[in-house]
Amino acid sequence: LSAPLAMAGGADDDTMVINDETEMVTKTAAPAHLDGAVDEVISGWHFRSDETQSLQLDDFDNPGMIFVDQAMDVWNTAEGSEGKACADCHNDPAETMVGVKATYPKWNEEAGEVRTVQMQVNDCRVNRMGAEAWKYDAGKAVSMEAMISLHSRGMPMSVAIDGPAAAMWEKGKEMYYTRTGQLELSCANCHEDNYGNYIRADHLSQGQINGFPVYRLKNAKLNGVHSRFKGCVRDTRAETYSPGSEDFIALELYVASRSNGLSVESPSVRN
Amino acid sequence: MRLLTITAAMLVAGMATAETVAPADVQFDEDGAVAVSLTGQPGDAARGRDVFATKSKGNCVSCHAVAQLADVPFHGEVGPELSWTGDNRSAEELRGIVADAKMTFEGSMMPSFYKTKGYIRPGDAYTGKAPKTDELPPLLSAQDIEDVVAFLLTLQES
Ligand code: HEC
Ligand code: HEC
Ligand code: HEC
Repeated sequence: LSAPLAMAGGADDDTMVINDETEMVTKTAAPAHLDGAVDEVISGWHFRSDETQSLQLDDFDNPGMIFVDQAMDVWNTAEGSEGKACADCHNDPAETMVGVKATYPKWNEEAGEVRTVQMQVNDCRVNRMGAEAWKYDAGKAVSMEAMISLHSRGMPMSVAIDGPAAAMWEKGKEMYYTRTGQLELSCANCHEDNYGNYIRADHLSQGQINGFPVYRLKNAKLNGVHSRFKGCVRDTRAETYSPGSEDFIALELYVASRSNGLSVESPSVRN
Repeated sequence: MRLLTITAAMLVAGMATAETVAPADVQFDEDGAVAVSLTGQPGDAARGRDVFATKSKGNCVSCHAVAQLADVPFHGEVGPELSWTGDNRSAEELRGIVADAKMTFEGSMMPSFYKTKGYIRPGDAYTGKAPKTDELPPLLSAQDIEDVVAFLLTLQES
Protein backbone atom coordinates (compact mmCIF):
# COMPACT_ATOMS: atom_id res chain seq x y z
CA LEU A 1 0.00 0.00 0.00
CA SER A 2 2.37 2.71 1.21
CA ALA A 3 5.61 3.02 3.14
CA PRO A 4 5.62 1.16 6.45
CA LEU A 5 4.08 3.33 9.12
CA ALA A 6 5.34 1.64 12.18
CA MET A 7 9.01 1.19 12.92
CA ALA A 8 10.45 -2.31 12.70
CA GLY A 9 10.05 -4.05 16.03
CA GLY A 10 11.73 -6.89 17.87
CA ALA A 11 14.94 -7.29 19.81
CA ASP A 12 18.14 -6.68 17.83
CA ASP A 13 20.99 -9.18 17.40
CA ASP A 14 23.83 -7.12 18.85
CA THR A 15 26.17 -8.56 21.45
CA MET A 16 27.19 -6.78 24.61
CA VAL A 17 30.83 -6.77 25.65
CA ILE A 18 31.71 -4.30 28.40
CA ASN A 19 35.09 -2.52 28.24
CA ASP A 20 36.11 -4.92 25.45
CA GLU A 21 36.46 -7.70 27.99
CA THR A 22 33.31 -8.73 29.86
CA GLU A 23 30.90 -10.72 27.71
CA MET A 24 27.36 -10.36 28.95
CA VAL A 25 24.40 -12.71 28.70
CA THR A 26 21.64 -10.51 27.30
CA LYS A 27 19.38 -13.28 25.94
CA THR A 28 18.88 -16.67 27.48
CA ALA A 29 16.32 -19.41 28.03
CA ALA A 30 13.56 -18.27 30.37
CA PRO A 31 13.70 -19.60 33.93
CA ALA A 32 11.46 -22.61 34.62
CA HIS A 33 8.98 -20.63 36.70
CA LEU A 34 7.98 -18.58 33.63
CA ASP A 35 6.48 -21.80 32.37
CA GLY A 36 6.13 -20.95 28.72
CA ALA A 37 4.89 -17.39 29.29
CA VAL A 38 8.00 -16.37 27.37
CA ASP A 39 10.62 -18.75 25.95
CA GLU A 40 13.52 -16.37 26.14
CA VAL A 41 14.39 -13.57 28.53
CA ILE A 42 15.94 -10.54 26.85
CA SER A 43 17.73 -7.55 28.29
CA GLY A 44 16.10 -4.14 27.78
CA TRP A 45 19.38 -3.13 26.10
CA HIS A 46 18.33 -4.96 22.90
CA PHE A 47 15.38 -2.63 22.42
CA ARG A 48 17.31 0.63 22.56
CA SER A 49 18.97 2.58 19.74
CA ASP A 50 22.60 1.92 18.76
CA GLU A 51 23.61 5.26 20.23
CA THR A 52 22.05 4.52 23.60
CA GLN A 53 23.42 0.98 23.57
CA SER A 54 26.98 2.13 22.94
CA LEU A 55 26.99 4.30 26.07
CA GLN A 56 26.80 1.17 28.18
CA LEU A 57 29.71 -0.61 26.50
CA ASP A 58 32.52 1.45 27.97
CA ASP A 59 32.73 2.68 31.54
CA PHE A 60 34.26 5.95 30.37
CA ASP A 61 31.14 6.66 28.33
CA ASN A 62 28.65 5.35 30.90
CA PRO A 63 27.17 8.38 32.70
CA GLY A 64 26.05 6.10 35.54
CA MET A 65 29.69 5.68 36.61
CA ILE A 66 29.83 9.20 38.06
CA PHE A 67 27.30 8.13 40.65
CA VAL A 68 29.22 4.94 41.37
CA ASP A 69 32.30 7.06 42.12
CA GLN A 70 30.28 9.28 44.42
CA ALA A 71 28.98 6.24 46.28
CA MET A 72 32.56 5.01 46.72
CA ASP A 73 33.38 8.22 48.58
CA VAL A 74 30.34 7.71 50.79
CA TRP A 75 31.41 4.11 51.39
CA ASN A 76 34.64 5.37 52.92
CA THR A 77 33.10 8.18 55.01
CA ALA A 78 32.22 7.61 58.66
CA GLU A 79 28.72 8.69 59.61
CA GLY A 80 26.33 8.39 62.54
CA SER A 81 26.72 7.97 66.29
CA GLU A 82 29.02 4.95 65.97
CA GLY A 83 31.53 6.85 63.88
CA LYS A 84 31.76 4.06 61.35
CA ALA A 85 31.94 3.88 57.57
CA CYS A 86 30.73 1.02 55.38
CA ALA A 87 34.40 0.32 54.71
CA ASP A 88 35.10 -0.30 58.40
CA CYS A 89 32.97 -3.44 58.33
CA HIS A 90 32.94 -4.40 54.66
CA ASN A 91 36.45 -3.36 53.57
CA ASP A 92 36.79 -3.32 49.78
CA PRO A 93 33.41 -3.71 48.07
CA ALA A 94 35.17 -5.31 45.08
CA GLU A 95 35.74 -8.25 47.42
CA THR A 96 32.88 -8.17 49.90
CA MET A 97 29.97 -7.13 47.68
CA VAL A 98 30.56 -9.59 44.82
CA GLY A 99 27.38 -11.46 43.99
CA VAL A 100 25.14 -9.45 46.31
CA LYS A 101 23.02 -7.77 43.63
CA ALA A 102 22.49 -11.02 41.72
CA THR A 103 20.54 -12.55 44.62
CA TYR A 104 18.43 -9.59 45.79
CA PRO A 105 15.64 -9.09 46.82
CA LYS A 106 16.38 -11.79 49.35
CA TRP A 107 14.83 -13.31 52.46
CA ASN A 108 16.54 -12.12 55.66
CA GLU A 109 16.12 -14.82 58.28
CA GLU A 110 16.88 -12.66 61.29
CA ALA A 111 14.46 -9.91 60.32
CA GLY A 112 11.89 -12.33 58.95
CA GLU A 113 11.32 -10.31 55.78
CA VAL A 114 12.29 -10.02 52.14
CA ARG A 115 14.82 -7.23 51.74
CA THR A 116 16.01 -5.21 48.79
CA VAL A 117 19.61 -3.99 48.61
CA GLN A 118 18.49 -0.53 49.70
CA MET A 119 16.68 -1.94 52.74
CA GLN A 120 19.78 -3.88 53.72
CA VAL A 121 21.95 -0.78 53.40
CA ASN A 122 19.53 1.25 55.50
CA ASP A 123 19.52 -1.49 58.13
CA CYS A 124 23.30 -1.12 58.40
CA ARG A 125 22.99 2.66 58.55
CA VAL A 126 20.35 2.75 61.24
CA ASN A 127 21.25 -0.27 63.37
CA ARG A 128 24.99 -0.54 62.90
CA MET A 129 26.13 3.03 62.26
CA GLY A 130 23.56 5.03 64.18
CA ALA A 131 22.96 7.10 61.04
CA GLU A 132 19.74 8.21 59.35
CA ALA A 133 18.04 5.98 56.80
CA TRP A 134 18.36 7.23 53.26
CA LYS A 135 15.18 8.06 51.36
CA TYR A 136 14.13 5.16 49.16
CA ASP A 137 15.32 5.36 45.53
CA ALA A 138 16.66 8.87 46.12
CA GLY A 139 20.19 10.11 45.35
CA LYS A 140 22.54 8.41 47.81
CA ALA A 141 20.51 5.24 48.21
CA VAL A 142 20.33 4.56 44.49
CA SER A 143 23.97 5.51 43.90
CA MET A 144 25.09 3.10 46.64
CA GLU A 145 22.92 0.37 45.14
CA ALA A 146 24.56 1.00 41.75
CA MET A 147 28.04 0.78 43.27
CA ILE A 148 27.21 -2.46 45.07
CA SER A 149 25.56 -3.85 41.91
CA LEU A 150 28.60 -3.05 39.78
CA HIS A 151 30.50 -5.70 41.73
CA SER A 152 28.08 -8.33 40.42
CA ARG A 153 28.23 -7.10 36.83
CA GLY A 154 28.36 -10.03 34.41
CA MET A 155 27.09 -12.53 36.98
CA PRO A 156 23.76 -14.20 36.24
CA MET A 157 20.73 -12.96 38.15
CA SER A 158 19.76 -15.76 40.53
CA VAL A 159 17.03 -14.64 42.85
CA ALA A 160 15.52 -17.31 45.10
CA ILE A 161 11.74 -17.60 44.92
CA ASP A 162 11.08 -20.62 47.13
CA GLY A 163 11.10 -21.15 50.87
CA PRO A 164 10.11 -18.20 53.02
CA ALA A 165 10.21 -15.81 50.03
CA ALA A 166 7.50 -17.73 48.20
CA ALA A 167 4.54 -15.79 49.62
CA MET A 168 6.01 -12.42 48.60
CA TRP A 169 6.84 -13.84 45.19
CA GLU A 170 3.25 -14.99 44.67
CA LYS A 171 2.01 -11.54 45.66
CA GLY A 172 4.39 -9.94 43.16
CA LYS A 173 3.30 -12.34 40.45
CA GLU A 174 -0.33 -11.50 41.02
CA MET A 175 0.48 -7.80 40.77
CA TYR A 176 2.32 -8.41 37.50
CA TYR A 177 -0.76 -9.91 35.88
CA THR A 178 -3.41 -7.59 37.37
CA ARG A 179 -4.90 -5.04 34.98
CA THR A 180 -4.89 -1.79 36.90
CA GLY A 181 -6.08 1.76 36.39
CA GLN A 182 -8.56 3.28 34.02
CA LEU A 183 -6.60 1.89 31.07
CA GLU A 184 -6.86 -1.60 32.60
CA LEU A 185 -3.35 -2.65 31.65
CA SER A 186 -1.07 -5.11 33.45
CA CYS A 187 2.70 -5.28 33.32
CA ALA A 188 2.23 -8.44 31.24
CA ASN A 189 0.04 -6.67 28.65
CA CYS A 190 2.95 -4.44 27.72
CA HIS A 191 6.07 -6.41 28.66
CA GLU A 192 5.01 -10.01 28.00
CA ASP A 193 2.36 -9.78 25.24
CA ASN A 194 3.86 -6.84 23.38
CA TYR A 195 7.62 -6.66 23.85
CA GLY A 196 9.25 -5.81 20.54
CA ASN A 197 6.26 -3.73 19.49
CA TYR A 198 6.17 0.02 19.50
CA ILE A 199 3.62 1.80 21.65
CA ARG A 200 3.67 5.23 20.08
CA ALA A 201 7.40 6.18 20.05
CA ASP A 202 8.41 3.70 22.76
CA HIS A 203 9.91 0.37 21.82
CA LEU A 204 8.56 -2.05 24.42
CA SER A 205 11.06 -4.33 26.13
CA GLN A 206 10.38 -7.17 28.54
CA GLY A 207 10.69 -4.74 31.46
CA GLN A 208 13.63 -6.66 32.95
CA ILE A 209 15.48 -5.24 35.96
CA ASN A 210 18.91 -6.87 35.62
CA GLY A 211 20.24 -3.45 34.59
CA PHE A 212 18.98 -1.48 37.58
CA PRO A 213 19.76 1.05 38.85
CA VAL A 214 19.70 2.51 35.33
CA TYR A 215 20.98 5.82 34.07
CA ARG A 216 18.23 7.36 31.94
CA LEU A 217 19.04 9.97 29.32
CA LYS A 218 15.52 11.30 29.81
CA ASN A 219 16.14 12.58 33.35
CA ALA A 220 19.95 12.44 33.41
CA LYS A 221 20.20 10.51 36.65
CA LEU A 222 20.21 7.03 38.12
CA ASN A 223 16.75 5.53 38.50
CA GLY A 224 15.76 2.82 40.94
CA VAL A 225 13.50 -0.13 40.24
CA HIS A 226 10.61 1.20 42.30
CA SER A 227 10.68 4.58 40.58
CA ARG A 228 10.40 2.84 37.22
CA PHE A 229 7.52 0.70 38.48
CA LYS A 230 5.82 3.83 39.76
CA GLY A 231 6.02 5.45 36.34
CA CYS A 232 4.62 2.40 34.58
CA VAL A 233 1.73 2.02 37.06
CA ARG A 234 0.93 5.73 36.75
CA ASP A 235 0.80 5.32 32.97
CA THR A 236 -2.12 2.91 33.34
CA ARG A 237 -4.03 5.80 34.98
CA ALA A 238 -3.86 3.95 38.30
CA GLU A 239 -3.08 5.00 41.82
CA THR A 240 0.58 4.08 42.26
CA TYR A 241 2.39 2.51 45.21
CA SER A 242 5.24 4.20 47.03
CA PRO A 243 8.90 3.37 46.48
CA GLY A 244 9.97 1.14 49.37
CA SER A 245 6.43 -0.14 50.00
CA GLU A 246 5.78 -3.81 50.61
CA ASP A 247 3.85 -3.97 47.34
CA PHE A 248 6.82 -2.78 45.31
CA ILE A 249 9.20 -5.07 47.23
CA ALA A 250 6.99 -8.01 46.25
CA LEU A 251 6.83 -6.81 42.65
CA GLU A 252 10.61 -6.32 42.58
CA LEU A 253 11.16 -9.85 43.85
CA TYR A 254 8.90 -11.25 41.14
CA VAL A 255 10.30 -9.13 38.30
CA ALA A 256 13.89 -9.83 39.43
CA SER A 257 13.10 -13.55 39.22
CA ARG A 258 11.94 -13.06 35.63
CA SER A 259 15.47 -11.76 34.95
CA ASN A 260 17.10 -14.91 36.34
CA GLY A 261 19.84 -16.03 33.96
CA LEU A 262 20.53 -12.58 32.46
CA SER A 263 23.78 -10.88 33.44
CA VAL A 264 23.64 -8.13 36.02
CA GLU A 265 24.22 -4.98 33.93
CA SER A 266 24.05 -2.23 36.50
CA PRO A 267 24.47 0.59 35.98
CA SER A 268 22.83 0.23 32.58
CA VAL A 269 21.93 3.08 30.24
CA ARG A 270 18.48 3.59 28.74
CA ASN A 271 16.61 6.47 27.14
CA MET B 1 -28.14 31.26 26.66
CA ARG B 2 -28.53 30.04 30.22
CA LEU B 3 -29.84 26.71 29.10
CA LEU B 4 -26.89 26.28 26.74
CA THR B 5 -24.42 26.88 29.54
CA ILE B 6 -26.01 24.25 31.70
CA THR B 7 -25.99 21.71 28.90
CA ALA B 8 -22.31 22.32 28.24
CA ALA B 9 -21.48 21.95 31.92
CA MET B 10 -23.36 18.67 32.10
CA LEU B 11 -21.57 17.35 29.04
CA VAL B 12 -18.23 18.20 30.58
CA ALA B 13 -19.19 16.28 33.70
CA GLY B 14 -19.89 13.30 31.44
CA MET B 15 -23.55 13.11 32.46
CA ALA B 16 -26.56 12.34 30.38
CA THR B 17 -28.48 15.08 28.64
CA ALA B 18 -31.74 14.50 26.85
CA GLU B 19 -30.08 12.84 23.85
CA THR B 20 -26.80 11.64 25.32
CA VAL B 21 -26.63 8.00 26.33
CA ALA B 22 -24.81 7.70 29.67
CA PRO B 23 -21.95 5.16 29.90
CA ALA B 24 -23.97 2.79 32.08
CA ASP B 25 -26.92 2.88 29.65
CA VAL B 26 -25.13 1.91 26.44
CA GLN B 27 -26.81 -1.13 24.87
CA PHE B 28 -24.36 -3.58 23.31
CA ASP B 29 -25.71 -6.39 21.16
CA GLU B 30 -24.31 -9.91 21.53
CA ASP B 31 -21.41 -9.14 19.17
CA GLY B 32 -20.54 -5.95 21.03
CA ALA B 33 -22.04 -3.51 18.51
CA VAL B 34 -24.02 -0.42 19.54
CA ALA B 35 -26.90 0.48 17.23
CA VAL B 36 -27.95 3.86 18.60
CA SER B 37 -25.85 7.01 18.33
CA LEU B 38 -24.57 8.06 21.75
CA THR B 39 -25.54 11.70 21.11
CA GLY B 40 -28.13 11.71 18.35
CA GLN B 41 -25.75 14.09 16.57
CA PRO B 42 -23.78 13.14 13.46
CA GLY B 43 -20.06 12.59 14.05
CA ASP B 44 -17.52 15.10 12.77
CA ALA B 45 -14.73 13.14 11.04
CA ALA B 46 -12.25 16.03 11.17
CA ARG B 47 -12.67 16.33 14.91
CA GLY B 48 -12.49 12.54 15.19
CA ARG B 49 -9.14 12.56 13.42
CA ASP B 50 -7.91 14.89 16.11
CA VAL B 51 -9.26 12.70 18.91
CA PHE B 52 -7.55 9.70 17.31
CA ALA B 53 -4.15 11.36 16.95
CA THR B 54 -3.92 13.53 20.05
CA LYS B 55 -2.11 12.17 23.08
CA SER B 56 -4.35 13.88 25.62
CA LYS B 57 -7.52 12.65 23.86
CA GLY B 58 -8.00 9.17 22.35
CA ASN B 59 -4.30 8.60 21.67
CA CYS B 60 -5.45 5.72 19.47
CA VAL B 61 -2.34 6.17 17.32
CA SER B 62 -0.20 4.94 20.23
CA CYS B 63 -1.48 1.43 19.45
CA HIS B 64 -2.76 1.64 15.86
CA ALA B 65 -1.06 2.61 12.62
CA VAL B 66 -3.13 4.48 10.02
CA ALA B 67 -1.73 5.24 6.55
CA GLN B 68 -3.98 8.27 6.16
CA LEU B 69 -2.29 9.92 9.17
CA ALA B 70 1.15 10.17 7.55
CA ASP B 71 1.56 13.64 9.08
CA VAL B 72 1.31 12.25 12.62
CA PRO B 73 4.65 10.91 13.91
CA PHE B 74 5.06 7.49 15.61
CA HIS B 75 2.25 5.03 15.05
CA GLY B 76 2.09 2.08 17.44
CA GLU B 77 1.99 -1.65 16.69
CA VAL B 78 0.03 -3.01 19.66
CA GLY B 79 -3.31 -3.11 17.83
CA PRO B 80 -4.06 -3.86 14.15
CA GLU B 81 -3.48 -1.28 11.42
CA LEU B 82 -6.75 0.55 10.78
CA SER B 83 -6.19 1.95 7.28
CA TRP B 84 -9.08 -0.08 5.81
CA THR B 85 -11.46 -0.08 8.76
CA GLY B 86 -14.14 1.85 6.90
CA ASP B 87 -14.32 -0.94 4.30
CA ASN B 88 -14.65 -3.68 6.91
CA ARG B 89 -16.67 -2.35 9.80
CA SER B 90 -20.07 -0.70 10.19
CA ALA B 91 -20.76 2.39 12.27
CA GLU B 92 -22.55 0.19 14.81
CA GLU B 93 -19.60 -2.15 15.19
CA LEU B 94 -17.13 0.69 15.45
CA ARG B 95 -19.24 2.53 18.04
CA GLY B 96 -19.26 -0.62 20.17
CA ILE B 97 -15.52 -1.19 19.78
CA VAL B 98 -14.59 2.37 20.71
CA ALA B 99 -17.09 2.59 23.58
CA ASP B 100 -15.94 -0.70 25.13
CA ALA B 101 -13.75 -2.96 22.99
CA LYS B 102 -13.98 -5.74 25.56
CA MET B 103 -17.62 -6.33 24.50
CA THR B 104 -16.37 -7.21 20.99
CA PHE B 105 -12.97 -8.72 21.80
CA GLU B 106 -13.02 -10.55 25.10
CA GLY B 107 -10.13 -9.56 27.34
CA SER B 108 -8.88 -7.03 24.77
CA MET B 109 -5.92 -4.88 25.67
CA MET B 110 -7.72 -1.93 24.10
CA PRO B 111 -8.96 0.42 26.86
CA SER B 112 -12.69 0.92 27.39
CA PHE B 113 -13.25 4.53 26.41
CA TYR B 114 -16.83 4.99 27.60
CA LYS B 115 -16.85 3.52 31.06
CA THR B 116 -16.74 5.11 34.51
CA LYS B 117 -16.38 2.33 37.08
CA GLY B 118 -15.35 -1.26 37.74
CA TYR B 119 -11.60 -0.55 37.79
CA ILE B 120 -8.88 -2.08 39.94
CA ARG B 121 -6.83 0.62 41.67
CA PRO B 122 -8.14 3.51 39.58
CA GLY B 123 -6.21 6.78 39.70
CA ASP B 124 -6.83 10.45 39.02
CA ALA B 125 -5.84 10.54 35.33
CA TYR B 126 -2.02 10.38 35.02
CA THR B 127 -1.21 11.85 38.43
CA GLY B 128 -0.66 8.47 40.14
CA LYS B 129 -2.90 9.71 42.95
CA ALA B 130 -6.16 8.26 44.19
CA PRO B 131 -9.23 9.45 42.28
CA LYS B 132 -11.30 12.25 43.75
CA THR B 133 -14.62 10.61 42.95
CA ASP B 134 -15.98 7.06 43.00
CA GLU B 135 -16.84 7.18 39.34
CA LEU B 136 -14.25 8.43 36.89
CA PRO B 137 -15.04 10.66 33.94
CA PRO B 138 -15.01 8.41 30.84
CA LEU B 139 -11.82 8.56 28.76
CA LEU B 140 -13.79 10.05 25.87
CA SER B 141 -17.10 11.92 25.76
CA ALA B 142 -20.08 10.58 23.83
CA GLN B 143 -19.49 13.11 21.07
CA ASP B 144 -15.76 12.27 20.91
CA ILE B 145 -16.77 8.68 20.25
CA GLU B 146 -19.26 9.61 17.53
CA ASP B 147 -16.55 11.79 15.95
CA VAL B 148 -13.95 9.00 16.06
CA VAL B 149 -16.44 6.58 14.52
CA ALA B 150 -17.06 9.07 11.71
CA PHE B 151 -13.31 9.31 11.17
CA LEU B 152 -12.84 5.52 11.17
CA LEU B 153 -15.56 5.20 8.49
CA THR B 154 -13.48 7.45 6.20
CA LEU B 155 -10.55 5.00 6.38
CA GLN B 156 -11.00 3.16 3.09
CA GLU B 157 -8.63 1.71 0.56
CA SER B 158 -9.68 3.80 -2.44
C1 HEC C 1 29.25 -1.95 62.08
C2 HEC C 1 29.37 -2.81 60.96
C3 HEC C 1 28.72 -2.43 59.65
C4 HEC C 1 28.69 -1.23 59.03
C5 HEC C 1 29.28 0.09 59.45
C6 HEC C 1 27.98 -1.44 57.79
N1 HEC C 1 27.57 -2.74 57.68
FE1 HEC C 1 26.63 -3.61 56.14
N2 HEC C 1 26.53 -5.36 57.13
C7 HEC C 1 27.08 -5.59 58.38
C8 HEC C 1 26.74 -6.92 58.81
C9 HEC C 1 27.15 -7.57 60.13
C10 HEC C 1 25.95 -7.46 57.77
C11 HEC C 1 25.31 -8.81 57.74
C12 HEC C 1 26.26 -9.77 57.12
C13 HEC C 1 25.58 -11.02 56.81
O1 HEC C 1 24.43 -10.98 56.39
O2 HEC C 1 26.22 -12.05 56.96
C14 HEC C 1 25.87 -6.47 56.73
C15 HEC C 1 25.24 -6.67 55.51
C16 HEC C 1 25.25 -5.76 54.45
C17 HEC C 1 24.76 -6.03 53.13
C18 HEC C 1 24.15 -7.34 52.65
C19 HEC C 1 25.24 -8.23 52.15
C20 HEC C 1 24.75 -9.57 51.69
O3 HEC C 1 25.59 -10.40 51.36
O4 HEC C 1 23.55 -9.83 51.66
C21 HEC C 1 24.95 -4.91 52.40
C22 HEC C 1 24.56 -4.70 50.93
C23 HEC C 1 25.57 -3.92 53.27
N3 HEC C 1 25.76 -4.48 54.51
C24 HEC C 1 25.93 -2.64 52.89
C25 HEC C 1 26.42 -1.68 53.77
C26 HEC C 1 26.64 -0.28 53.42
C27 HEC C 1 26.39 0.33 52.05
C28 HEC C 1 27.10 0.35 54.54
C29 HEC C 1 27.37 1.81 54.74
C30 HEC C 1 26.37 2.76 54.35
C31 HEC C 1 27.22 -0.68 55.57
N4 HEC C 1 26.78 -1.89 55.07
C32 HEC C 1 27.72 -0.47 56.84
C33 HEC C 1 27.85 -4.72 59.10
C34 HEC C 1 28.02 -3.38 58.80
C1 HEC D 1 1.16 0.86 28.86
C2 HEC D 1 2.33 0.06 28.74
C3 HEC D 1 3.10 -0.34 29.97
C4 HEC D 1 2.66 -0.97 31.10
C5 HEC D 1 1.26 -1.40 31.45
C6 HEC D 1 3.84 -1.19 31.92
N1 HEC D 1 4.94 -0.68 31.31
FE1 HEC D 1 6.86 -0.88 31.95
N2 HEC D 1 7.51 0.21 30.34
C7 HEC D 1 6.69 0.71 29.34
C8 HEC D 1 7.51 1.43 28.40
C9 HEC D 1 7.00 2.13 27.14
C10 HEC D 1 8.84 1.35 28.86
C11 HEC D 1 10.10 1.94 28.21
C12 HEC D 1 10.56 1.02 27.11
C13 HEC D 1 10.95 -0.34 27.64
O1 HEC D 1 12.05 -0.51 28.19
O2 HEC D 1 10.12 -1.27 27.57
C14 HEC D 1 8.80 0.57 30.09
C15 HEC D 1 9.93 0.24 30.83
C16 HEC D 1 9.92 -0.60 31.93
C17 HEC D 1 11.11 -1.03 32.65
C18 HEC D 1 12.54 -0.63 32.33
C19 HEC D 1 13.25 -1.68 31.50
C20 HEC D 1 14.70 -1.35 31.23
O3 HEC D 1 15.36 -2.14 30.55
O4 HEC D 1 15.18 -0.30 31.67
C21 HEC D 1 10.69 -1.84 33.65
C22 HEC D 1 11.56 -2.53 34.67
C23 HEC D 1 9.23 -1.91 33.57
N3 HEC D 1 8.81 -1.15 32.52
C24 HEC D 1 8.44 -2.66 34.42
C25 HEC D 1 7.03 -2.61 34.41
C26 HEC D 1 6.20 -3.24 35.43
C27 HEC D 1 6.71 -4.05 36.60
C28 HEC D 1 4.91 -2.96 35.10
C29 HEC D 1 3.65 -3.23 35.87
C30 HEC D 1 3.57 -2.69 37.17
C31 HEC D 1 4.94 -2.21 33.86
N4 HEC D 1 6.24 -2.01 33.49
C32 HEC D 1 3.81 -1.80 33.16
C33 HEC D 1 5.34 0.52 29.22
C34 HEC D 1 4.53 -0.14 30.12
C1 HEC E 1 -3.49 0.10 24.47
C2 HEC E 1 -3.74 -0.23 23.09
C3 HEC E 1 -4.90 0.32 22.32
C4 HEC E 1 -5.40 1.60 22.29
C5 HEC E 1 -4.92 2.81 23.07
C6 HEC E 1 -6.48 1.60 21.32
N1 HEC E 1 -6.62 0.35 20.79
FE1 HEC E 1 -7.95 -0.20 19.33
N2 HEC E 1 -7.32 -2.13 19.48
C7 HEC E 1 -6.29 -2.57 20.27
C8 HEC E 1 -6.14 -4.00 20.07
C9 HEC E 1 -5.09 -4.88 20.77
C10 HEC E 1 -7.13 -4.38 19.16
C11 HEC E 1 -7.39 -5.79 18.61
C12 HEC E 1 -8.61 -6.37 19.24
C13 HEC E 1 -8.26 -7.50 20.15
O1 HEC E 1 -7.96 -8.59 19.64
O2 HEC E 1 -8.24 -7.30 21.37
C14 HEC E 1 -7.86 -3.18 18.81
C15 HEC E 1 -8.89 -3.15 17.89
C16 HEC E 1 -9.47 -1.98 17.38
C17 HEC E 1 -10.45 -1.93 16.32
C18 HEC E 1 -11.01 -3.13 15.56
C19 HEC E 1 -10.23 -3.46 14.36
C20 HEC E 1 -10.96 -4.53 13.59
O3 HEC E 1 -11.63 -4.16 12.63
O4 HEC E 1 -10.94 -5.69 14.01
C21 HEC E 1 -10.76 -0.61 16.14
C22 HEC E 1 -11.73 -0.04 15.12
C23 HEC E 1 -9.99 0.15 17.09
N3 HEC E 1 -9.22 -0.73 17.82
C24 HEC E 1 -10.05 1.52 17.22
C25 HEC E 1 -9.42 2.24 18.24
C26 HEC E 1 -9.68 3.64 18.53
C27 HEC E 1 -10.59 4.54 17.74
C28 HEC E 1 -8.92 3.97 19.62
C29 HEC E 1 -8.85 5.26 20.38
C30 HEC E 1 -10.06 5.92 20.72
C31 HEC E 1 -8.17 2.78 19.98
N4 HEC E 1 -8.51 1.76 19.14
C32 HEC E 1 -7.25 2.71 21.01
C33 HEC E 1 -5.50 -1.81 21.10
C34 HEC E 1 -5.69 -0.47 21.38
